[in-house]
Amino acid sequence: MVTAQKKIEISRLTVRFGSKTALKEVSLDVAPNEILAVIGPAQSGKTTLLKVLNRTLETSGDAVMEGTVRIDGEDIMRSRNVYDLRRKVGMVAPLPVGLPMSIYENVAFAPRQAGIEPRRELDAIVERCLRQAALWDEVKDRLDSLGSKLSGGQQQRLTIARALSHQPEILCLDEFSIAIDPVTTHRIEDVLQELRREMTILLVTNLVQQARRIADRTAFLLNGELVEVGPTGRIFSDHPEQQKTYDYVHGIFG
Amino acid sequence: MISPAHTNISREIPAADAALPQGAARFTETPFSRKKMRSESAAEYVFLAMTLLLVAPLLLILGYLLYQAWPILSLDFLLTNPKRGMRAGGIWSPLLGTFYLVFLSLVIATPIGVLAAVYLNEYARNNWFTRLIQLAVVNLSGVPSIVHALFGLGAFVLFAGIGRSILAASLTLAIMTLPVIIAGTKEALSSVPQSFREACWNVGATRWQTIRAVVLPNAVSGILTGIILQVSRAAGETAPILFTGAVFFKAISEGDLLAYGLFDQCMALSMHLFTISTQVPDVPHALPYGTAIVLLGAVLCINAVSILLRIVLRSRKKW
Amino acid sequence: MSGRRKTAVLTEKTMEALIRLCGVSAVVFVFGIFFFVFREGYDLLPRLDYREFFTSIEWYPTSQNRVRYGILALLAGTFSVTVLAMLLAVPFGLGAAIYVSEFCPPKRRETLKVIIELLAAIPSVVWGFIGLTVMNPLIIYLFRVPIGLNVLNGGIILALMSVPIIVSIAEDALKAVPDTYREAALALGATRWQTVYRVLLPAARNGLLAAVLLGVGRAIGETMAVLMATGHAVHIPTSVFDSVRTLTATVAAEMGEAPVHSDHYKVLFVIGILLFTLTFLVNLIADLTVRGIRNK
Repeated sequence: MVTAQKKIEISRLTVRFGSKTALKEVSLDVAPNEILAVIGPAQSGKTTLLKVLNRTLETSGDAVMEGTVRIDGEDIMRSRNVYDLRRKVGMVAPLPVGLPMSIYENVAFAPRQAGIEPRRELDAIVERCLRQAALWDEVKDRLDSLGSKLSGGQQQRLTIARALSHQPEILCLDEFSIAIDPVTTHRIEDVLQELRREMTILLVTNLVQQARRIADRTAFLLNGELVEVGPTGRIFSDHPEQQKTYDYVHGIFG
Repeated sequence: MISPAHTNISREIPAADAALPQGAARFTETPFSRKKMRSESAAEYVFLAMTLLLVAPLLLILGYLLYQAWPILSLDFLLTNPKRGMRAGGIWSPLLGTFYLVFLSLVIATPIGVLAAVYLNEYARNNWFTRLIQLAVVNLSGVPSIVHALFGLGAFVLFAGIGRSILAASLTLAIMTLPVIIAGTKEALSSVPQSFREACWNVGATRWQTIRAVVLPNAVSGILTGIILQVSRAAGETAPILFTGAVFFKAISEGDLLAYGLFDQCMALSMHLFTISTQVPDVPHALPYGTAIVLLGAVLCINAVSILLRIVLRSRKKW
Repeated sequence: MSGRRKTAVLTEKTMEALIRLCGVSAVVFVFGIFFFVFREGYDLLPRLDYREFFTSIEWYPTSQNRVRYGILALLAGTFSVTVLAMLLAVPFGLGAAIYVSEFCPPKRRETLKVIIELLAAIPSVVWGFIGLTVMNPLIIYLFRVPIGLNVLNGGIILALMSVPIIVSIAEDALKAVPDTYREAALALGATRWQTVYRVLLPAARNGLLAAVLLGVGRAIGETMAVLMATGHAVHIPTSVFDSVRTLTATVAAEMGEAPVHSDHYKVLFVIGILLFTLTFLVNLIADLTVRGIRNK
């Protein structure tokens, strides 16, 4: 297929909430096994972009969408089964959400819903995901305790483990470091570097330095418009294509 | 930068303090603020008095009823039928009847009420139709109980042909108490954080899977509170069962929990209290008091359980 | 696994349909109530002498000579008891709500709210019994009147019954006023009472109005308590010591004896339609008022 080189293709995507426009004609491609960082100030439409990708935007009622989004060449708006789509796209929310069930059940939740019942299979999935999220060593002796009782950083890694449990091809992280300390942030960044071998990673962040550290390419959103997208090196150099980009990454505004 | 002048001033204050006698306030009271203080505490006491005037009757009434009913209260009173034209005996028949009515109306109203709340909280969009449903719920609880009774008579007894029976009365009670369950469940559901739902959707769970696995289990305490309130409401209602299934008198076999059938008419505590305190002459003094205290006691206990449950579960919240 | 997915999709569809069905049930029931009450009474509507119905105080539904259906006295009964109840319940209810929400220390607040909740749980037939056995002798003794089952008795009982709903809705309304208002007023040197009077009451006006309206709705619709406590006399009251009879009490008392599908039976259903419409309007207005604050 011609589109094999592109994992995600977004073209002329516009999203409105009532009279407010959250995204304006955004076009963006993501290659397989790439880490793409999306940076921009608050209210610039970063989270909305992620919610379009797994179609959880439509649960919020008054959102209206134009344009197309293709994943593996398939138009996701025409996708017959939204739940399969959401399994393909793992999502990590800004504030960690430990569901009020045990650590084990948190990770086993998605496989169970998909119909995997045998205990041994589930055990294997839980261990694999917790290891991938660099949490296994800390919790392996208390898998039965409540997920919501973990510390913020642990909950965030639990959320990542849960997102990995359905073997997504794309992993989206929405400002995952908001609620955790710098050391944990660095550990998770290392985890992401590992994971990129298996999947495509979309990293929304308000820490520009984080994008600089780990992203291959970086996209800059401002007020719902895509100002610039390009190799991270160029965006953070002294000569990005747009003056606004320079101002933002060098802390002149935002 | 802190200027030297500033540091000087801050050093002067403790010095001024030291000049004050021990325990004296640093703010000087002015006549104006004293007047304000007076009106402040006056307002507080007036409102406190108003509140106590509402609270006091509850305790007085309970005490008085209990005092009057004391001589007759015994296990025997609960377990024997009313006798000699309801002038003697106990309250077995109405007690069991109330139990049947409450239980059956609970079985009917709970699934409908819980699912209706699930619809309103999880599925409904913010549009005119949802508004219509909410308005209907408000009105369902606002319609006078006697109109519910007329509805039960017209719809279940006559139109559906069920006749005056426990079933018809329970259906009427169920519809009447539906808003209690809907309101309780809805509040419980909306207190489950939205992020839990999003977390489930993000891993590909369907709406119903999300509701069943995460939303309902975490709302169960609130739902139970609503259901318990429904029980207490249904137990106390009189008007809706007047023409739909309750009878003045019916003797049943004592101690037999299965004494009533679904299509039988039954006695009920609330109706029994009405009957012996207004319709039957020369009832011994203690009999209606005993009936009232059993009814009131049961309803208040059920409510207390609901309140306790709420407090306990709130303190054991998992997030 | 694909079979499993198919079941999941099927369960999903079934549950969604069921949930939607239950969702609309409340609407169905409200229409059902109106429909069935109307259905039993509509027969009489064209034949009813409306002038007599609304303006005559003669309620003789079982008279041998000439049956008369004048509900003016019944309306007056409902009206007088409701007004008296509200005169008592509104100041006390709002006062208690202000105390609980603004003045009360948090721990005592929980206790008071529990007690008020329990007050709301007392069944109306027990209230009626209290009117009969406690209030009745008390009123006779205090005011030296021949009978204590009257407007005053019913009004006090109804006031106690509607207070909990007024307190809880009014407290919600006060709680909905943002704390920044309170802080701003206090920072300007206002006392708490001034804050309540100048800032909170105006800000919570709609919610408080709704609280009062819901109390009115409750009082109009109350049946058993007024049946037992107001003395059961078809009569336009001239003082609070007169016995009266309300619309609801009339239906409750007479429906048992009216032969099914007789005119008497039908006229009771017509009163039912009237009650339904009346409380529907009161609740509608209350609801619109509450919605007013939410939209702001």
